[in-house]
Amino acid sequence: MGRNPRSLRLVAAVALAAIVAGCAAGVRSASDALDTALTATPGDSARGREVIAGRDGNCLLCHEVPRTGVRFMGNLGPPLAGVGARLTPGQLRLRLVDSKRLNPESIMPSYYRIEGLVQVAAAYRGKTVLSAQQIEDAVAFLVSLR
Amino acid sequence: MLPRSLRHACALACLFVWTCTQIGPVFAADAERPSPLRSGIEFTSADVRSLQDDDFQNPGMLWVTRGEELWRVAAGKSGKSCADCHQRAETSMKGVAARYPVYDAAAGDVVNLEGRINLCRTHRQAAKPLVYESENMLALTTYVAHQSRGARVEGAVPTELRASFERGRERYRKRIGQMDLACTHCHQQNWGRTLLAQTISQGHGNAYPAYRLEWQSLGSLQRRLRACYFGVRAEMPPYQSPELLDLEVYLAWRGRGLTIETPGVRR
Ligand code: HEC
Ligand code: HEC
Repeated sequence: MGRNPRSLRLVAAVALAAIVAGCAAGVRSASDALDTALTATPGDSARGREVIAGRDGNCLLCHEVPRTGVRFMGNLGPPLAGVGARLTPGQLRLRLVDSKRLNPESIMPSYYRIEGLVQVAAAYRGKTVLSAQQIEDAVAFLVSLR
Repeated sequence: MLPRSLRHACALACLFVWTCTQIGPVFAADAERPSPLRSGIEFTSADVRSLQDDDFQNPGMLWVTRGEELWRVAAGKSGKSCADCHQRAETSMKGVAARYPVYDAAAGDVVNLEGRINLCRTHRQAAKPLVYESENMLALTTYVAHQSRGARVEGAVPTELRASFERGRERYRKRIGQMDLACTHCHQQNWGRTLLAQTISQGHGNAYPAYRLEWQSLGSLQRRLRACYFGVRAEMPPYQSPELLDLEVYLAWRGRGLTIETPGVRR
């Protein structure tokens, strides 16, 4: 109330700057995608299918995925039918590598991250869930789900 | 001197603050309890339910029978059996499991049913403690807990259990393991959904010790908890570690009002 109009304007300017910066960050694809492949060898869709449906990725615990030939699949996450049309390869890659960069509350495990994990069983300590190549293979398969 | 109404307001405020410090944490945690409260048996298939409901088919009843025998067997230097002190379990042990875990002043610690049985063995019977998860320990625990079948889990958090409760509550929400998941992610946020082919329940302890078809055996609540640790690829705490006991305290509070099913049957 006792504020002078000058400081008010300053506050407004700072707020506006923050909003603009926030929007810019949201628009920049870098924050929503990992466009650079993790390996030089391009992903192999057939192997990606194995990663996703098999024990290594175990994605079917939480997702319904078409073309896996599996009858019972979980529903903790959204169905992945058509995900290749919804998301770019870079967006898919980021979601597999570390979905918590997008949503810190996510329950989806980070498949290519070791930092910040606690009380990891000895057999898995210091290891990512999937290898870089497996991530690329899984992305290749997801891209084919259109 | 403050005006009277202000003094009243102050007194009320003090009372309010005091009340909050007394019931605050538990009250605040109340929103974390699943609603409506449902036992794990409600999430299982009809064949599992009928196995649990029929004493002649329920495989867990074998451990009840074995426990009933052990109840009368003298052990240790005392030459006394459980029955020598507690007489008929049907009356003396009725409702006991519904109150556990408890705080034991002599032990200065949280004690679950298995822990109590071993305190009786070492202190009263002058016998060797039973190995956790051994057949005899499972049999006695199951027999004792079975006497409370149908009783409602009390899940009280007296002052002495408060610290353990708070640790358990925190632990319940702590992400662990390579899967980076907490108990709350599955059993609070996602109960009723399916993980591959299994429906996730609210994760209560009211059926334990329970017979699990996957184990082809009966097991304790802590064994079940360790299975969840294994699932998220976390380092497993040893049996009777403070970590698991704290979780048991929190789980009893979280499931208070459910009926004891021991011996439960689960997939
Ligand atoms: C424990 C559960 C869980 C597992 C296991 C899991 N996910 Fe997810 N996934 C989720 C959830 C929940 C979401 C929704 C977004 C969020 O909360 O992060 C999601 C989102 C996604 C998305 C984005 C979908 C969209 O339409 O935006 C993709 C792609 C995906 N997951 C792929 C995978 C793959 C591939 C695997 C295995 C390598 C996997 N997920 C394993 C829970 C899981
Ligand atoms: C990735 C998912 C997941 C996580 C995380 C998880 N659980 Fe479970 N839990 C399950 C599944 C699946 C079952 C078996 C089906 C059921 O009864 O819920 C289960 C069963 C249980 C049961 C037995 C319920 C019954 O009625 O038989 C208890 C108790 C339990 N969990 C407690 C915990 C605790 C405590 C934690 C954390 C230390 C935890 N769970 C973490 C998935 C999970």
